[in-house]
Amino acid sequence: MSIRVKIFASLRERLGHDGMELPADGIATVADVWARVAPDEPLAGSVLMAVNMDYAQADQAVNDGDEVAFFPPVTGGAA
Amino acid sequence: MTVRVTAEPFDPYAELAAYTPRGEARRTGAAALFIGFMRDLNEGDGVVAMELEHYPGMTERALEQLRDEAVARWELADALVIHRVGPLTPTDPIVLVAAWSAHRNAALEACRFLIEELKHRAPFWKKEQLADRARWVEQNTPG
Repeated sequence: MSIRVKIFASLRERLGHDGMELPADGIATVADVWARVAPDEPLAGSVLMAVNMDYAQADQAVNDGDEVAFFPPVTGGAA
Repeated sequence: MTVRVTAEPFDPYAELAAYTPRGEARRTGAAALFIGFMRDLNEGDGVVAMELEHYPGMTERALEQLRDEAVARWELADALVIHRVGPLTPTDPIVLVAAWSAHRNAALEACRFLIEELKHRAPFWKKEQLADRARWVEQNTPG
């Protein structure tokens, strides 16, 4: 098992990839996942996070098999 | 209680005409709807095209949660949400929200709630193509 990471929109373009599979070893929280995804970049307050498709905070626990996503503020709808 | 994310262009009027609200007649006295279209101007710049990105799975789930919240809060008879993704051009319908309830207040308030909360909670992202460059939309318009 592992942790599936997904990156969307402008964050994906800035980081240069749309995600990865990470070994779960040594990962306890969403912040730990970010540290593997973007080692050179502190987790900015403008980055939104989700665990298994529900919004999450940086200190939320992550378990083997989870899907963790990072993305910029959302801009759906219209007008 | 339909929620749909579609990469195909859709006609909101045809969708409404084809949709039969499922609630009992006594709970279906009013319908309120909102349709959002793509504009060709944003923040003072001409926009020639747009790419709407989403998070397959989470987007649908977020819309379903919003719908369930609205149905519970306003005792709606039915609700319909359709949102476009993929490449769009100006005048394309982007989103259709409709709410059916016994009376107009609940329908209108629920419709407003659905479109406003959708903009803040559902994972969609817009990338605009201007005449000379592309840019991500970084924040929602105030309304």
